[in-house]
Amino acid sequence: MTRAVSLAAAIFTALAGGGFGLADELRPYQIAGGAIAVSLTGTPGDAARGRAIVVNRTVGLCLLCHSGPFPEERFQGNLAPDLTGSGARWSVGELRLRMVDSHKLNADTIMPAYYAVDGLNRVAPAFRGKPLLTAEQIEDVVAFLATLRGQ
Amino acid sequence: MTGSLPRCLIVAIALAACVASANGGDIPLDQRRSGYADLGRDTKAMQDDDTSNPATLWVLDGEALWNQKAGSANRACAECHGDATASMKGVAARYPAFDAVQKSPIDLEQRINLCRTERQNATPFAFESHELLALTAFIGRQSRGMPIVSTDEKLKPAIEAGRKLFMQRIGQIDMSCAQCHDDNWGKHLTSSLVPQGHPTGYPIYRLEWQNLGSLQRRLRNCMIGMRAEPFDYGAPEAVALEAYLMWRARGLPVETPAVRP
Ligand code: HEC
Ligand code: HEC
Ligand code: HEC
Repeated sequence: MTRAVSLAAAIFTALAGGGFGLADELRPYQIAGGAIAVSLTGTPGDAARGRAIVVNRTVGLCLLCHSGPFPEERFQGNLAPDLTGSGARWSVGELRLRMVDSHKLNADTIMPAYYAVDGLNRVAPAFRGKPLLTAEQIEDVVAFLATLRGQ
Repeated sequence: MTGSLPRCLIVAIALAACVASANGGDIPLDQRRSGYADLGRDTKAMQDDDTSNPATLWVLDGEALWNQKAGSANRACAECHGDATASMKGVAARYPAFDAVQKSPIDLEQRINLCRTERQNATPFAFESHELLALTAFIGRQSRGMPIVSTDEKLKPAIEAGRKLFMQRIGQIDMSCAQCHDDNWGKHLTSSLVPQGHPTGYPIYRLEWQNLGSLQRRLRNCMIGMRAEPFDYGAPEAVALEAYLMWRARGLPVETPAVRP
């Protein structure tokens, strides 16, 4: 309930602030060597906030598909690999590209691009022109994923 | 010129193979399973036994409506169609059907409303109204156990359009129906088992809704989950999707009214 309210509040703020359909421009980024080396915000993210995003089924949506080292989360998905050890398998820049637009790595993946607004069809009005996560949220998630170095 | 043709062909074949493996392709006919197969024992029992199936209420209301005079024509469905157990047997198993007058496919709800307006001179029932769900459940019940039939050549364009919609990625989540229901059925999306997505039981009593709902309502739920703009009730796209789903489920038995989680 609180989540729905805060989501609605966020949408409303965006409406009041920037004007609908003119959501914040996506920040530019550069892909090189299968990675985005530079932080989208210019500053490192916050891993604790990133964890909260990842386990939140209406914000990160990650656990719809993934499982991971989240013992308190009863239901986790199995459409995608377990996130345990992702931080050991991939560099921070590779994780950032995976989060920003995983289609750049695998055109057929079911993992949505979290920081893209182009090339989508029939997006519901409330979500039109908005990426799944903001640049700040992407950096928080990347910071958290980088801590997943266990087995 | 002569050398380029075979090379072009090889590229085309490689591309086709690539696309086929990426999409996972259609579910082989003998591997298709209704959502019923994955229900818990209690839910199966609820569906199987009319006295415990909550949808029985709607079926009984549908039967009452069937026999009730309506509209300025003051005619009951039964006055023209007689005993539904005979006249409506197998009808739901072949809808959406091609309507010769409208020259387009219509689903069972639209067919019922056509008789409401054309034959009874009454106002059409709203989509998802208790009355329309009740009549659809009552007529669907007359096909229970019969195989879904999708052989009408005139439906081919709608089925093809429906297939395209099923394969198209939509919404902010940017997934296609096929990516869940063809490629990932049997897996878990958080706590929900991804079914193959067959339309065998509609209208269904859905425990989450605590209510009966149509196939179109179910499709809207999936589309809203994908953060996509759902098709309007009765839109040609929605009917095309229904026609594709029925073709995809051809031969599977009708379960109406089914129970789902
Ligand atoms: C709709 C399903 C889906 C959702 C939602 C999803 N992913 Fe993924 N993800 C996948 C799939 C499938 C893969 C496997 C690789 C591929 O398909 O490209 C993957 C791969 C990954 C990988 C690489 C895994 C490895 O170590 O090899 C990471 C990291 C990842 N996802 C993180 C996330 C995070 C974080 C979120 C939420 C913000 C998320 N994913 C949401 C489907 C999903
Ligand atoms: C005045 C007579 C009349 C009444 C009253 C009437 N119908 Fe019909 N109905 C027809 C005729 C005639 C057809 C088939 C021809 C056509 O319209 O295409 C038909 C077709 C149908 C069909 C399609 C059958 C098939 O084989 O595809 C359904 C379903 C149906 N009616 C349901 C109803 C329901 C439900 C009611 C009451 C709400 C009703 N009808 C009332 C005359 C009637
Ligand atoms: C992200 C995965 C996903 C996508 C994409 C998706 N669905 Fe579903 N669908 C589900 C799940 C999960 C259920 C079962 C829900 C439950 O049991 O609570 C379901 C249920 C269904 C059912 C009901 C099956 C039954 O047994 O009654 C149909 C039909 C269906 N989906 C069709 C579609 C169509 C058409 C689309 C595209 C417009 C679509 N779905 C997109 C996950 C998905």
